Amino acid sequence: MFFLRLLAGVSSALAAVVIAATAWAADLQTLVTNLTTGSFGDRETAIGALAASGDARAAPILEALGAGQLYLRKADNVVVIGKPDGNQLALTEAVSGKPAGTGSEAELDRVRVNNRLRGVIEAAVGSLTLMSPDARVRRGAADSLFKRPDPAALGALDAAIAAEKDARIKTAFQEARAAVVLVSDAPKQDKLAALDVVRDKGNRDALSVLQAAINSASDPEIKAAATAAAASVRQSLAAWEAAQNVWYGISLGSVLLLAAIGLAITFGTMGVINMAHGEMVMLGAYTTFVVQDIIRTSFPHLFDASLVIALPLAFVVAGVVGIAIERGIIRFLYGRPLDTLLATWGLSLVLQQAVRSIFGPSNREVGAPAFMSGAFQLGQLTITYGRLWIVVFSLLVFATLILVLRKTPLGLYMRAVTQNRPMASAMGIRTPRVDALTFGLGSGIAGLAGVALSQIDNVSPNLGQGYIIDSFMVVVFGGVGNLFGTLVGATALGIVNKFLEPYAGAVLGKILVLVFIILFIQRRPRGLFALKGRAVE
Amino acid sequence: MITRFLWQGMGPSLRAAVLFVLAIGIILPLLNQLMPAGSTFYVPAWVLQLIGKYLCFASLALAVDLVWGFCGILTLGHAAFFALGGYCMGMYLMRQIGSRGQYGNPLLPDFMVFLNYKELPWFWHGFDQFWFAAIMIVLVPSLLALALGWFAFRSRVTGVYLSIITQAMTFALMLAFFRNDMGLGGNNGMTDFKDILGFSVQSDATRATLCFASALVLAIFLVISAAVVGSRFGKALTAVRDAESRMRFLGYRVEGYKLFVFVLSAAMAGVAGALYVPQVGIINPSEFSPGNSIEAVLWVAVGGRGTLIGPIIGAFAVNFGKTYLTGALPEVWLFALGALFIAVTLFLPKGIVGLWAQVRKARAPA
Repeated sequence: MFFLRLLAGVSSALAAVVIAATAWAADLQTLVTNLTTGSFGDRETAIGALAASGDARAAPILEALGAGQLYLRKADNVVVIGKPDGNQLALTEAVSGKPAGTGSEAELDRVRVNNRLRGVIEAAVGSLTLMSPDARVRRGAADSLFKRPDPAALGALDAAIAAEKDARIKTAFQEARAAVVLVSDAPKQDKLAALDVVRDKGNRDALSVLQAAINSASDPEIKAAATAAAASVRQSLAAWEAAQNVWYGISLGSVLLLAAIGLAITFGTMGVINMAHGEMVMLGAYTTFVVQDIIRTSFPHLFDASLVIALPLAFVVAGVVGIAIERGIIRFLYGRPLDTLLATWGLSLVLQQAVRSIFGPSNREVGAPAFMSGAFQLGQLTITYGRLWIVVFSLLVFATLILVLRKTPLGLYMRAVTQNRPMASAMGIRTPRVDALTFGLGSGIAGLAGVALSQIDNVSPNLGQGYIIDSFMVVVFGGVGNLFGTLVGATALGIVNKFLEPYAGAVLGKILVLVFIILFIQRRPRGLFALKGRAVE
Repeated sequence: MITRFLWQGMGPSLRAAVLFVLAIGIILPLLNQLMPAGSTFYVPAWVLQLIGKYLCFASLALAVDLVWGFCGILTLGHAAFFALGGYCMGMYLMRQIGSRGQYGNPLLPDFMVFLNYKELPWFWHGFDQFWFAAIMIVLVPSLLALALGWFAFRSRVTGVYLSIITQAMTFALMLAFFRNDMGLGGNNGMTDFKDILGFSVQSDATRATLCFASALVLAIFLVISAAVVGSRFGKALTAVRDAESRMRFLGYRVEGYKLFVFVLSAAMAGVAGALYVPQVGIINPSEFSPGNSIEAVLWVAVGGRGTLIGPIIGAFAVNFGKTYLTGALPEVWLFALGALFIAVTLFLPKGIVGLWAQVRKARAPA
């Protein structure tokens, strides 16, 4: 019995040595030729053999094969790599790497691969590129090995881990190694340790590796451990997803805040219903467009500063239009809020049509400067710089506004007129002037909002309409006449909206929020943070 | 006897208005039906369709005026009730198509076949019967108004807040009706109607009848509104408009007054919408858009709020202008509409009817 086992062991060891020796003996030429012949199954073996050769030249050949750029030249049966070059293909000999002129598709036979082979190739390239001098390539290799663990790569991985100096890539290698161990026939103890490593990675790829481990595990202990690990990964994924939703909500909230904060001044402190508020936002967005247009044609090097230049201009444009509206229309309608509502609605129609006549009805292109494009990862959160800047910007605008209201003479006058108009007037404050300036300030801030919104929304004549109802909702929800209420209201509505979206869909989520606010106003007709007072009406 | 009582309760100008509306509704369709096509007096079908449309708009304006002009509730969502009535009628008309649709399905309307519905959604049952649809046309808008009004008036949401809530309501409904899985046609709405009560909607005789029906309904609404406004109840309503708190302190249950007139007005808007749909041949979610409701308010403002004749004059005047301008100078229409909003609020707070009174007053002392 013992003898027999020994014999089997010796013979299998012998077989392994023989196979290794053959592989060793086979030179690159044969290996590459093997890629182009036989069935897909044969080619899979050939790919494995090529990867196992560890030859530095193997990686580009396999990459070309995966991309469908490996050809057999019909004339002399040489394997070539063809990269598109105009209508022709620029050829290089696969084995020697020498340039081999150009050729057309007709003179060449493409070496075909199927999806299964592409997976195999990816894993093989992954293990080959583990030692690449480029850190990003090594990182990519670790990731692709993690997604498609290949037991054959274990040795290469161990070598790579030993040689790696970058701590983060080393971790990635170790995670990939764990995934590989899980699919190999390593001892139970190793597999359990590997499960812990994969669990700590904790993203969606880790979950699918764990799922595969659950499905394939024969040992009940490993199965149980993998199930537990998968559950913990799911939990952390859910937490990250919630965090992502909160971030989206904050981002939406900042947009709402920007759109509503000007309204909080005109509606909240002056009691004027300005249905043309959205059009002030639109004017700000179009100011940005005009500024960028001029910069594009005349001062292209200033493009990255375009938004900074547009900000004061948008504030002035919208503010001046706002003052004109107050002087021209609204001051005749004080004390008649419903009439103000109708007149400003009419005004919004006029402004929309005017912009439509000047700039045309279609969307206008507003570009993003360099510092606002791109994204970064925070744990498993993806945060785009554009959104981040808008959040920062909205908070800055909010803080500035609070400072203006609390620390400047204009703010003092504004608060005085809001609280007691006749008394303020008796103290010598020119209330009509303060009214006009307050309205101008609210409109100017709407213009600032327009600059920010031009980055995330279509700049069209209808831009403002989409925000007017939401803005009113925010102000009413937060409490009229209270800027902090507006901040809380905007953030809360933004987050609620984003949390409802996955369950109810975007449109239904919005409807639910509207219904919620309608019901909320029943409970607290003066909003979340109502000003306390004794007024009956 | 009741009619006589109602008749005597109305002022002479109101009686004239009712008679005038009825005269339009009888004479124009008769001219269309009886005169030969070449005659000078022949009224082509498209005119009937246009007048029928205006009559429906006038009914809607009257409904808005009842709550805004007499009770001080500025509703920015009345087009929602109008559209809901329209959708009820649209559902009846869709069921009448039967197997004549593109897909020839005897039970399911075309858009449902297109969207892979297997069976009729529950709320479509019964709409093959006209009486059921007719009840729903009144009931659905009324119930919505009852629910919204009950919540809003009970917690004393007034003035601008109420306006914004009603606007949010119609906005939410618009978003909801744009969804395909509402089972109400999604963004395409309902169209391609064939029959109403067994008569083809395309035929001139049906057009003439619908035009007459619209005039009749408007006349009835005028009489009902006059009865409501002229009664003791109506006096209390006007008092609520002018001094709500004082009425409350005097012991009146203000909510009840507001709720009644709001629901009545919603039902009127629903009926107007139901008559509108077979005449224009389509109903889609854009009818819910907040702009439509505000336009209806403008008709009232232009004609003269707080009078019963004003909204009718306003609806006809503004819509005639709209039909003319959108045809002749489409660029100018929105400018004109916007300017009209501003001009009316600034210079004509009592509308066209009020202008007439102003001029008479100015002449009297001279």
